Amino acid sequence: MTAAIIVGLLVAGGVYLVLQPGLIRVTIGFVMIGHALNSLLVAAGGMGWRAVSFIGTSEPDQAADPLPQAFALTAIVITFGITVYLLGLARSGADDVPEEEPPT
Amino acid sequence: MNNLLPFVVALPLLAAAATPLTRESKGLSRTLLLGTPALVLAFGILLVIETRDGDVLVEQVAGWEAGIAIAFAADLFSALVLVVMSLLTLVCSTFVVAAGDDDDPLMAPLVLVLSGGVFGALLTTDLFNLFVMIEVALIPSYVLMSKSGRPASLAAGRVYLTVNLFGSSLLLGGIALVYAVNGSVNLAELAGAGQASGIAAFAGGIILLALALKGALVPLHGWLPRTYPHASPAVTALFSGLLTKIGIYGLFRVFSVYFEGASQVQSIILAVTVVTMVVGVFGALGENSMRAILAFHMVSQVGYIALGLGFFGVAGMAASIFYLLHHTIVKASLFLSAGAIETHYGTDRLDRLGGLARREPLLAAAFLAAALSLAGIPPFSGFFAKFTLIRASMDAGEYLAAGVAVAVSLFTLLSMLKIWNSTFWGPDVPAGTADMAINDASKGGAMTTTRTRIRRTLIIPGVVLALVTVSLGVGAEILLSLVETAAEGLVDTTRYVEAVIGR
Repeated sequence: MTAAIIVGLLVAGGVYLVLQPGLIRVTIGFVMIGHALNSLLVAAGGMGWRAVSFIGTSEPDQAADPLPQAFALTAIVITFGITVYLLGLARSGADDVPEEEPPT
Repeated sequence: MNNLLPFVVALPLLAAAATPLTRESKGLSRTLLLGTPALVLAFGILLVIETRDGDVLVEQVAGWEAGIAIAFAADLFSALVLVVMSLLTLVCSTFVVAAGDDDDPLMAPLVLVLSGGVFGALLTTDLFNLFVMIEVALIPSYVLMSKSGRPASLAAGRVYLTVNLFGSSLLLGGIALVYAVNGSVNLAELAGAGQASGIAAFAGGIILLALALKGALVPLHGWLPRTYPHASPAVTALFSGLLTKIGIYGLFRVFSVYFEGASQVQSIILAVTVVTMVVGVFGALGENSMRAILAFHMVSQVGYIALGLGFFGVAGMAASIFYLLHHTIVKASLFLSAGAIETHYGTDRLDRLGGLARREPLLAAAFLAAALSLAGIPPFSGFFAKFTLIRASMDAGEYLAAGVAVAVSLFTLLSMLKIWNSTFWGPDVPAGTADMAINDASKGGAMTTTRTRIRRTLIIPGVVLALVTVSLGVGAEILLSLVETAAEGLVDTTRYVEAVIGR
């Protein structure tokens, strides 16, 4: 339940920020959504068993599922790269809010 | 043969990594940019030959046991799409070189990484890997979208980035839920899981939603026509052929393997695709520049492509695959022809162009062939694509969908005629736009006024793709039998599953 509440709060805050003007807010919003997804990924492995998942260090029925942890690690790397690019984009536009809408 | 599969991903990525070493020599970096997709194309043709009777080639990477290993697999469907996409990458790269876009040392590695991600997404058998590969393809696309630094392109890049990041987040969330429900993300192990329980269907539905966003199906299409026309011409062609189509490819794969064509989802897909066809084509009528019209048509055509999923059967899926292959080529040809005009004249606004058919007969012929093919006029490939699709929907009893598909074709023809009339026919470019053309034409090199001819090297890429659509139309028989085998592989996934996890 805790995981569900955390994910819900992070996504709600993240979506709110993404919809704001200003790329810095969008960036923070995506960082929050990224955290929510990482929590979701780890929770997908089951919240009941949390022991170290190395053979020989803990009982197999106690050990956490390592696969979602690896997923989360990959997702963290991708989020990090995107965050850096977003910040770079925010820095490159002197004025953060675009003056004109893209002509449609 | 199958142990070469991982190299389809590795080769473009390695080539991209090697590009900084080639900064001194333009010839060398061009060899990398053009040679890599050419090699993949050759390999893709080999794959089609290997898998033509429905075989599935699988490589369990690093020799791990099946089911544990990260597997790459090629069936006829992915092999066919791989051929078309590598051909497209090759042709678009040629355009990049011809337009001088590769003066920017970032261009070659970005295009290479993008293509590597797309090729990987075609061959992977693992949902999480699909996500990673789509990310690998998307990250360079963020840079390519706003690379020119013009305000409009920066603003478009921001919309593009936000929407696609959100889509990727959705995709990842869906994959996490699928793992939570089923305990695996290997597509082969998940075969049919979507029909097992409501929760599993919900988790898979989020993945379908995310892929529909990437593929720009209505109501998730709004970002595409607002962003694609603002990238550089070659990049728009590349995006149209590779990025949206990878969303559609994923939709095909996930729907046919995970859901095994669940009939409850079919009616949703049918409704969405029919609305997509209509919304896209009417949106295009309101536009007044070539690339904006073409971008809206893409939305409409994506509806056609995914229509076959709505009555999941061999005939419907075969028609959809045919449409996917045909459309990828034709759309890129149109974008490249428009790009050649824009690179030369500095604009693609319809009211600033005219009389090009007299000055550029070759370009006009290529555009006309591709435009008629898009609208579905025989003998081009578009006719067979639409004919098989409409016949399949009649057979499935979906008369409304068939009727809409025919009606939308007429409107497609209408806006193709709109481009044709104002760009290729009519009086020459009105006086006064010449100055604009000189100012705006940043990278043409040779031209000085609007009176010069477009360089041959810029026209050739569009012509080559137009020739492909003609030959696909003339030789439709061969392709139709291939896509039928490919569709059988999607409708009955036992061979795929057996090959990937060995049971």
